[in-house]
Amino acid sequence: MKKSNDVIIRSVTKVAVVIILTFAINLFISGHHQPGGGFIGGLAFASALILLFLAFDIETVRNHIPLDFKVVAAVGVLISVLTGVGAMLLDHPFLFQAFGYFKLPIFGKTELATAVLFDIGVALAVIGTSITIIMTIGDDR
Amino acid sequence: MSWLHLLILLPFIFAAVVPYIYRKFTPRIHTGWFVLVIPLVIFAFLLSFTTAISNGNTAFSTVPWIPSYNINFTTYVDGLSLIFGLLIAGIGALVILYSIFYMSKREALNNFYVYLLLFMGAMLGLVFSDNIFVLYVFWETTSVSSFLLIAYWYEREKSRYGAQKSMLITIFGGLTMLAGLIMLSMMTETYSIREMVSQAANVPSHSLFVPSMILILIGAFTKSAQFPFSIWLPDAMEAPTPISAYLHSATMVKAGIYLVARLTPVFGGQSEWFWIVSSVGMITLLYGSVNAVRQTDLKALLAYSTISQLGLIMSLLGLGSASLYTGGEESSVYMAAIFAAIFHLVNHSTFKGCLFMVVGIIDHETGTRDIRRLGGLMHLMPISFTLAVIGSFSMAGLPPFNGFLSKEMFFTAVINAAEMKEFGVYSIGNLFPIIAWIASVFTFVYSMILVFKTFRGKNKPEKLAKEVHEAPLGMLISPIVLGLFVVIIFFFPNILSKYLLSPALAAIVPTLAAAGETNVKISAWHGWNIELFMTIGVIVLGTIMYHLLKKWYRIYLFYPENLTLNHLYNIGLENTEAVSRRVTDRYMTGFIRDYLVYIFAFIIVIVGGAVWLSDGLTIQTSGDAPVNWFEAALMIVMIITAAAVLFAKTRLKAILAVGGLGFLVSFFFVLFRAPDLALTQLVVETVTTVLFLLCFYHLPQLRKEFARIQFKAVNAIVSIGVGAVVTIVALSANGKRLFQSISGYYENSYELAGAKNIVNSILVDFRGIDTMLEILVLSIAGLGVYTLIKLRLAGGDSNEKVK
Repeated sequence: MKKSNDVIIRSVTKVAVVIILTFAINLFISGHHQPGGGFIGGLAFASALILLFLAFDIETVRNHIPLDFKVVAAVGVLISVLTGVGAMLLDHPFLFQAFGYFKLPIFGKTELATAVLFDIGVALAVIGTSITIIMTIGDDR
Repeated sequence: MSWLHLLILLPFIFAAVVPYIYRKFTPRIHTGWFVLVIPLVIFAFLLSFTTAISNGNTAFSTVPWIPSYNINFTTYVDGLSLIFGLLIAGIGALVILYSIFYMSKREALNNFYVYLLLFMGAMLGLVFSDNIFVLYVFWETTSVSSFLLIAYWYEREKSRYGAQKSMLITIFGGLTMLAGLIMLSMMTETYSIREMVSQAANVPSHSLFVPSMILILIGAFTKSAQFPFSIWLPDAMEAPTPISAYLHSATMVKAGIYLVARLTPVFGGQSEWFWIVSSVGMITLLYGSVNAVRQTDLKALLAYSTISQLGLIMSLLGLGSASLYTGGEESSVYMAAIFAAIFHLVNHSTFKGCLFMVVGIIDHETGTRDIRRLGGLMHLMPISFTLAVIGSFSMAGLPPFNGFLSKEMFFTAVINAAEMKEFGVYSIGNLFPIIAWIASVFTFVYSMILVFKTFRGKNKPEKLAKEVHEAPLGMLISPIVLGLFVVIIFFFPNILSKYLLSPALAAIVPTLAAAGETNVKISAWHGWNIELFMTIGVIVLGTIMYHLLKKWYRIYLFYPENLTLNHLYNIGLENTEAVSRRVTDRYMTGFIRDYLVYIFAFIIVIVGGAVWLSDGLTIQTSGDAPVNWFEAALMIVMIITAAAVLFAKTRLKAILAVGGLGFLVSFFFVLFRAPDLALTQLVVETVTTVLFLLCFYHLPQLRKEFARIQFKAVNAIVSIGVGAVVTIVALSANGKRLFQSISGYYENSYELAGAKNIVNSILVDFRGIDTMLEILVLSIAGLGVYTLIKLRLAGGDSNEKVK
């Protein structure tokens, strides 16, 4: 096997991935009030993973992250649908979203919204789908 | 959300759990035991409604589903829906109990029970829904689950054929019904059936009255296997016998009857309704019973008999609709026909369910359902024989079984119809009793064939694969229960009448119920009247015909095979396939370039055409902000990058140029203060560039292509055209404001959704359903890519059968 010549990209990736992932999660959470949200957060998360695939090879990454991303996408869609159904159980129309302000121990007065649950579904669906597509095309040698 | 809603959803919810139960317990406990609980619970719950309903109350509860379109999951319990609900749950429980012994543990029981539960839930939803769209959704779900169940043994060619046939016919009917229901909602301006009934008086004068009635009736006729749509039912008998007993005799085929009964208050009393429903019912009655006699397969015989009995119930509903005729005087006389319809519906479910189960037992124990190979089973299977006698004699209309009572009432109804003066009946009315009587003779003959050809005569063990003995007790319980009902209902019909039939009648003819005319007494003996003589005549002639069967059987052979409805269906299907294949082959060339030409040509023609036709081309520059040097520079760079794509010598350069263009666009978003869009554009661009690079690995070298002028000309026209159209649309959209901007509404997002980020709150809250469907599409696309690349079917294209 040819010796790989990508020390720089690997070293950078190791640091960069952490930063991108943190940024992705930040994007996701801040989406309620600042720019960001489930779609963009999920996509940023996925791009971190894609960077890993590029720097290392698919097999290595797959061994360390033994997730079936098709399932991740399905779970994401399911979460979104279920949040909608949940509203129906509480006598609200399908996909009704609620929010409220609560006093939490550390954060103080915090807003909690059911839309975030829906957004988690969106994020997972985006991550799952994009990684599935990239991995299938990249894997097909 | 009421308990009833949960109850309708219960089978669906449990269906999701069934595969896990199946996997966990399979060799030890039959999955059916777990499933059995569901219909029992539902049945017990529905029974609790009985007293309230029989006192004239109704239950009503609604859950908002799509309130902005007035589509709500509204349940409505009255006499009619309750009787159907009880049948669905009660027979469902018996069928599941029976299937536990009928279906071997080696079968794919998880599929079987999932489909069965889907059907049960859909059927319950159908009868309890008040909203027409919810009703339609459940209606189609029953068609789909019926399709899945008929094709349960999908390795068999005939199962697939039967499933496809039933699907095509019932879904076709479902769609016409949808159109009819929409017309009906346009006339009454409501989606609720209850409100439609309350506005029934205004409906007949509307111009859409007849079209909507015919369309809805086609839906009902296809589902209830009325002539000429009945051809799917005999082929549906490829399903496992418990399914035939449940879907194709006791419940699903009665959905059409339910619909007709439910809408009788809206359409009834009109001559079109009267004539269509009663004559189609009569023809079906005769067609089914005449054809049943020639069948040699026991299940086919029962299928045709079901068709015939459904025709009987349908014709009764048609005849009874005369009671709603406002000019008539003797409305209660005709109302008895509707009562007879409901009564026969219940009776038919009991005796036909029992007969199907007996036939299933015969099939299970002897390995065949062919009458020619069976015979002399009376001594080997005495209990099954008794049950077969009870079921068939009830079907033939003999005492002391419940079929006798409803058959007598049917005769009364047709005799009344013969004397009818409304709707221009006059002398044609005499046809009703004649057809009814002839059909009853044939019914008698096939009922006798069913019993005596299988159980009497000589035993033919050499023609059977296995040694015959009586079925295990568990398999006999369900038909015994149904057989007991057949007898009990004969002796105590008025209890049934008081608690179930009269409330159902009141639901079908609400105007008469208000006048207190819906209390009907059933009696087995009402003197030496015409009905009784008709029955005696049926028995005498039927017995003679049964004994002389060999002499006159040959007349069936005279009917040419080419003229049967089945033949027409087959020819129609073949031709449709051939034509659609020819049409499809013409444009599906297999070249992606051609497909892109279609797509872009459509954009040019439709979008460009729309702009041109509506004079939409307006370019206004007065409101534009001045272009500063930074934006101008960015634009120049973008144009250069775009041009670079065209002149790129290698694919890598082209991909990088396209990616660069994307990043430049995101700069514009930054300039115009749309950080969300800029971020999204950046990340999307990054990911797609990676994707392009991955694909690049598989693509051949880019080389100069030498193509014909024509080919290049089309390319040029399409690309320039699309560019021009998009530019025009973008400029015109800026120059013209047709509507007030809706963005003002979303600016209140902090109050409405508690979010300061408008973009995200639109995505997840205001337009949540769009996002939900988008991620669904996205996931499907992902799976599509996965299957396209990963799934390499063994044998490539050779598994496609080519004629």
